[in-house]
Amino acid sequence: MSETRTIVPTTDVRDVEAGLDALQTKAPGPGAAARARHNAGKVIAPVAALVLLVLVWQLYVTFTQKRADLVPGPLDVASALGALWAEGRVQEAVWTSVQRGLIGFVVSAVIATPIGLLLAQVKPLRNAFGPLVSGLQVLPSVAWVPAAIIWFGLTDATVYFVLLMGAIPSIINGLIAGVDQIPPQYRRMGRVLGAGRWAMALQIVLPAALPGYLAGLKQGWAFSWRSLMAAEIIAVGGSMGFGLGSLLQQGRDLADLGTVMSAILLILAVGIAVELLVFAPLERRLLRGRGLLNGSTL
Amino acid sequence: MSAPAAPAIAPSATVPPSAASDDPAIAIELSGLGKRFGTAAPVLDDVNLTIRPGEFVALLGASGCGKSTLLNLISGLEAPSSGAMEIPADGAAFMFQDASLYPWLTAKGNIELALKLRGVPRQERSAKAEELLHLVHLSGAGTKRPHELSGGMRQRVALARSLAQDRQVLLMDEPFAALDAITRDLLHDELERIWRETGRTIVFVTHNVREAVRLGQRVVLMSSRPGRVVREWQVTAAQKTPEAAANLAAEITAELREEIRRHV
Repeated sequence: MSETRTIVPTTDVRDVEAGLDALQTKAPGPGAAARARHNAGKVIAPVAALVLLVLVWQLYVTFTQKRADLVPGPLDVASALGALWAEGRVQEAVWTSVQRGLIGFVVSAVIATPIGLLLAQVKPLRNAFGPLVSGLQVLPSVAWVPAAIIWFGLTDATVYFVLLMGAIPSIINGLIAGVDQIPPQYRRMGRVLGAGRWAMALQIVLPAALPGYLAGLKQGWAFSWRSLMAAEIIAVGGSMGFGLGSLLQQGRDLADLGTVMSAILLILAVGIAVELLVFAPLERRLLRGRGLLNGSTL
Repeated sequence: MSAPAAPAIAPSATVPPSAASDDPAIAIELSGLGKRFGTAAPVLDDVNLTIRPGEFVALLGASGCGKSTLLNLISGLEAPSSGAMEIPADGAAFMFQDASLYPWLTAKGNIELALKLRGVPRQERSAKAEELLHLVHLSGAGTKRPHELSGGMRQRVALARSLAQDRQVLLMDEPFAALDAITRDLLHDELERIWRETGRTIVFVTHNVREAVRLGQRVVLMSSRPGRVVREWQVTAAQKTPEAAANLAAEITAELREEIRRHV
């Protein structure tokens, strides 16, 4: 019995298929030169914006002739910053705060991740604790400062407690949101492939939720940093180290606007640096790998 | 390789025996099978169907005939409300209309995950995945992420992944419905070749009559609401010629339309 249908020989099918694959696959992305141009634009644009803002600030100060001790210009702040740097106080404050922020953030992530996974996967737990976690995220963590001072006194424990109360709920919520947004088809395919409870959580749910989880971590960092500054401003002295918030508070006590502005700019600079050096590259890599970056402005 | 003769003949010795049922000549047996969700009207009612190992059955029907529900029952994803069924003990591989590849894994990584979840030891996975990629003519695309592949290539990776599950029965739920006509044509040839090479039992759900005639050894027409088996056609090798296939497709289409008209 012979094949009576007019079927294309297999080798031909293979060739046609290869041709079609080539036609239907996207042309390779921008070359190295285009990418370099793109990256250069990413550096030049924000620097230009910054220069513009500083220029406007300087022009305002120059033309309005305000008192330098009430409205310091960029040059005044730069010289104040230079003086603080020469005394070594900038280095000390930045190092103290960044160290606290990072330690607190890592501890928050370690605590929040299993809780988040558990709440996302177990419905009764989610029903019971979900609203509480959302509420804690809305509560400004600075509200914990008075209680923390009473419980822990003027020690580093106060700072860490406030920071954890700020960061943990937002990381939990980010992870839950990431799990909620997993297309149902992923779990279904996992069941078809024979994934058990553990394999489903670790091989499918966690990687699928990674974009939301990363967004949660990013927000968690922002909350850590803010809470830390709030705690440092309010709780000064005792056995506590000297952080950026303490520097800011000291500037206020001495009515030294140059120090105040310097501290604010340093707090801002650390925030921007962490975003640009840590989160943005992670996010870009994650999204590009999944083909989610086409057409986005990231 | 020559096409099997009229499907009435028992499967040839090249077809591996079914993993499940006592009777080696039966891969899937559904008797009086029904499914309803809650108190709603039944989706499936009194479905009777016997599928032999190595057979390629095309399930055809309009929307609402419960084709997808039937596949879910056969795969064990859902339980029937009534009736009895004999299905492979190890379940079935499943392929959907959308490839459902995991976007964080490469093409090869997706296949390797299926091997891993099946319990294949780590050191064997890579070679096995390469083998399967070769089978679907995608040897060079193993390192690509799903979004870098065309729709047809994604479905071929999905096919390789379902073969990685190494189940005797492969369920396909309109796997080519979202593809363009040229790609679909090619994938028909490809699927037929892979079916012959691997000896799988395939249940292929479609609402495309010509696709059913093109691929199936047997075309099973289902009614809608509730879903039942209305009629069956054997598609012999002789009927696969373009002319005969067109005639058969016309006949089946007429019957399908008759079936749909009943719902006015």
